[in-house]
Amino acid sequence: MKRHLLSAADLTRDDAELVLTTAAELRSLADRPIKKLPALRGRTVVNLFFEDSTRTRISFEAAAKRLSADVINFAAKGSSLSKGESLKDTALTLEAMGADAVVIRHSASGAPHRLAHSGWVRSSVVNAGDGTHEHPTQALLDAFTLWRHLGDSKPGGLEGRRVAIVGDVLHSRVARSNALLLQTLGAEVTLVGPPTLLPVGVENWGAETSYDLDAVLPKVDAVMMLRVQRERMQGGFFPTPREYSRRYGLDGRRMATLQDHTIVMHPGPMVRGMEITADVADSSRSVIVEQVTNGVAVRMAVLYLLLGGSESESNE
Amino acid sequence: MPAEVLDARDIARALTRISHEILERNKGAGDLVLLGIPRRGVPLAHRIADRISAVEEYDVPVGSLDITMYRDDLRMKPARTLLPTEIPAGGIDGKVVVLVDDVLFSGRTIRAALDALSDVGRPRAVQLAVLVDRGHRELPIRADFVGKNLPTSLAERVSVRLAELEDDGSVDSVAIGVPAPATKGESA
Amino acid sequence: MTSTTYLLKNARILGGEPTDILIEGGVVAGIEPPGGLEARFARTSTSGGEGAEVIEADGLIALPGLVDLHTHLREPGREDAETVETGTRAAALGGFTAVHAMANTDPVADTAGVVEQVWRLGREAGYCDVYPIGAVTVGLKGERLAELGAMADSAARVRVFSDDGHCVSDPLLMRRALEYVKAFDGVVAQHAQDPRLTEGAQMNESELSGRLGLAGWPAVAEEAIIARDCLLTAHVGSRLHVCHVSTAGSVEIVRDAKRKGWNVTAEACPHHLLLTDELAATYDPIYKVNPPLRSAADVEALRAGLADGTIDIVATDHAPHPHEDKDCEWAAAAFGMLGLETALSIVQHTMVDTGLLDWAGVAERMSYAPARIGRVADHGQPIEVGAPANIVLHDPAATRTIDAAESASLSRNTPYAGMELPGRIEATFLRGRPTVLDGKLWGGTA
Ligand SMILES: [Zn+2]
Repeated sequence: MKRHLLSAADLTRDDAELVLTTAAELRSLADRPIKKLPALRGRTVVNLFFEDSTRTRISFEAAAKRLSADVINFAAKGSSLSKGESLKDTALTLEAMGADAVVIRHSASGAPHRLAHSGWVRSSVVNAGDGTHEHPTQALLDAFTLWRHLGDSKPGGLEGRRVAIVGDVLHSRVARSNALLLQTLGAEVTLVGPPTLLPVGVENWGAETSYDLDAVLPKVDAVMMLRVQRERMQGGFFPTPREYSRRYGLDGRRMATLQDHTIVMHPGPMVRGMEITADVADSSRSVIVEQVTNGVAVRMAVLYLLLGGSESESNE
Repeated sequence: MPAEVLDARDIARALTRISHEILERNKGAGDLVLLGIPRRGVPLAHRIADRISAVEEYDVPVGSLDITMYRDDLRMKPARTLLPTEIPAGGIDGKVVVLVDDVLFSGRTIRAALDALSDVGRPRAVQLAVLVDRGHRELPIRADFVGKNLPTSLAERVSVRLAELEDDGSVDSVAIGVPAPATKGESA
Repeated sequence: MTSTTYLLKNARILGGEPTDILIEGGVVAGIEPPGGLEARFARTSTSGGEGAEVIEADGLIALPGLVDLHTHLREPGREDAETVETGTRAAALGGFTAVHAMANTDPVADTAGVVEQVWRLGREAGYCDVYPIGAVTVGLKGERLAELGAMADSAARVRVFSDDGHCVSDPLLMRRALEYVKAFDGVVAQHAQDPRLTEGAQMNESELSGRLGLAGWPAVAEEAIIARDCLLTAHVGSRLHVCHVSTAGSVEIVRDAKRKGWNVTAEACPHHLLLTDELAATYDPIYKVNPPLRSAADVEALRAGLADGTIDIVATDHAPHPHEDKDCEWAAAAFGMLGLETALSIVQHTMVDTGLLDWAGVAERMSYAPARIGRVADHGQPIEVGAPANIVLHDPAATRTIDAAESASLSRNTPYAGMELPGRIEATFLRGRPTVLDGKLWGGTA
């Protein structure tokens, strides 16, 4: 593994499978009376959140604490636009605190990359979602969930499996990271959405693309529905929310066209009635709640593998 | 070239003796749980369990206990792959847990195992069975059941091969030698 | 200070045969084959009252003083980024004897008062002539015309008008501006960027922008405005200058407009001739510029357009920014990069060393044509007897590694730091007076 996790593209197939197998071991530990492991005792993990995301922060916090790391939550004010707290000044503060890992969430694409490569900090940097760029730990937990359901929890288990990622691919960091990671793991990805919400050049991402959800659904082993954010509804990307739901929403009728084993995923938070109906979200195919559970194990695996032995490699 | 000090038969005999000693010490197999420390402790635990079952006509619960996250040298080496921890269905609370490992050396692995064990439950007693005790303890730890005491120098490397873990069809053996400078000893 | 006489020995004018050039009284006083002027000076020492200062110019190319049609000097308002003094020092070191200062200062150069202030500051600094550019619209807001006539009639004699940094996107306002400047032979320099197509834009729209999650700045947002403005210019019979052309499509549109005989000129920036959008993958805002770095195909098209004259000039778009405006995340960073001190090296590297342009072509693109477009009489003249002695001596055989810390600019945002570039300015003469000698600033206030 590289020292930082900035993009799903940083992971080789071996790296990714190591995260998954490690997460599988850690997940089984979650059933024990004492959930804490001493692996990161004395290490400090900083959750640096420039953007509100209680879910992701709590997931990372639980992961770090279960590995006995000291956790500092740093909710920085100010986005890239308001020029509040500067990323650099915050980074220098963290460096002074002796952070071993910085988990960063930022509204600006590439902010974790800047943090890792500008010489401001020496810590490992974990991207917890940057702008419309990537969210690699979300992709890892999605892959982990897929792997448990479709891949028998074995290396190579996702080879040839077909996954549709549906919705606002243009603005989705989850879609970017998943498209990269799932293909690294051998899965076949189809990106589905209205043409206005598929990025320029998406045809070179290695994934299939389609504008026709109904044609894709019967062929896939998993459907991942992406959230449609409120501001897109005003952005003129599609005429009305109703038309969007009609063409790209997953409802009971569409769910009935899936194969029996096909699972339904959503990175959350859902806009019920928009991209997914309540009956689909709550159906037996839905693994949405499990995705959240898996998030902690996957983030534990990432922190452990990045920090477990990062201090010195020549001290044999 | 490493010199073989125990062959397959020696190992089988040692394990049989350990099995009997465990039974004697614990007055039967009633509340025993055998936990092997991966990797090589796990097949050894299974072999001991098989022997005990043959005598007592009772299946001793066997599991594995990974100690990776409890190691005191985690920070000094690249992150290690986790190995399976499998606690038998009945748990370990109130049981007599026999930890099984291949080689007892510094004692640090067992120290980590004791920590790991206390996070899993509260056994009535914990005992330690090892195939080889090579000395050089760095902690106040001793084994309850020893297959073979093997005096070594610190520079030497003890390598244990068990048929279950070898793909090449080789048989059980314990060998001792001085490793080439580049290879990493695993007998700690 | 009495003006010194200089004898430039064995300089190669526009890369031609070695020649001696005599500079006296601020003008070119003589041009002769090597040794031809020696007779006029018995003594060639520096001490002699009637002697000339001799500059050995073996191997050096003599070019007319460079003229930049697109410089951001930041004064008034952002003196933390650049001042007229520091900006013109950088200009002199880059071989420029005249620069046009863009109007997006604070206050905006949209009145006679502000343009005269800038003009005066340039004269006081003395390193390089400063020609203020007037804003097209009040406060660059794109709502109503600024007092273009008052700026034209001021002491600064403004002839170039631009809202640069912003596009005059309202077609009616653009039409009116083009019409209005005809009264004083002005030109509207358009920053071609459709605002709606580039809302929040961060980098060239491409497969890479999609991957990096940076909002795209599509080529069509530039090309659509250029096409419209060409049509408007033809319709009203005025003069249009297109700032910082960055795409192959734009080159094609300008080429077509010229073929039709329309009065359209265009500029390319050094960074667009060399760098590509791949650099955005570093997320290092040092590469963030507007218009953005484009594809390798666009770079090729710009070079070809500059070579065949479709693109008339090279302009630097020198855009200084203080460190904190670049030492941050990409989206928060300011657009723009330094350009004055490296422009000629980049042009040598991309155009001359590649065989696309000879030194006469460089003189045309970087001196004669920009002076013509800006209606600057005292610059952009061939090195001939009687012409103002605005001359650059350039060593094409030298190479240098760019060190941002060495820049004369107050800012450090050069994208070329660490790069090895060919060519070095040895000397710059402004009306016979050296502003740069031995590659270093010389003199100062006139
Ligand atoms: Zn501009």
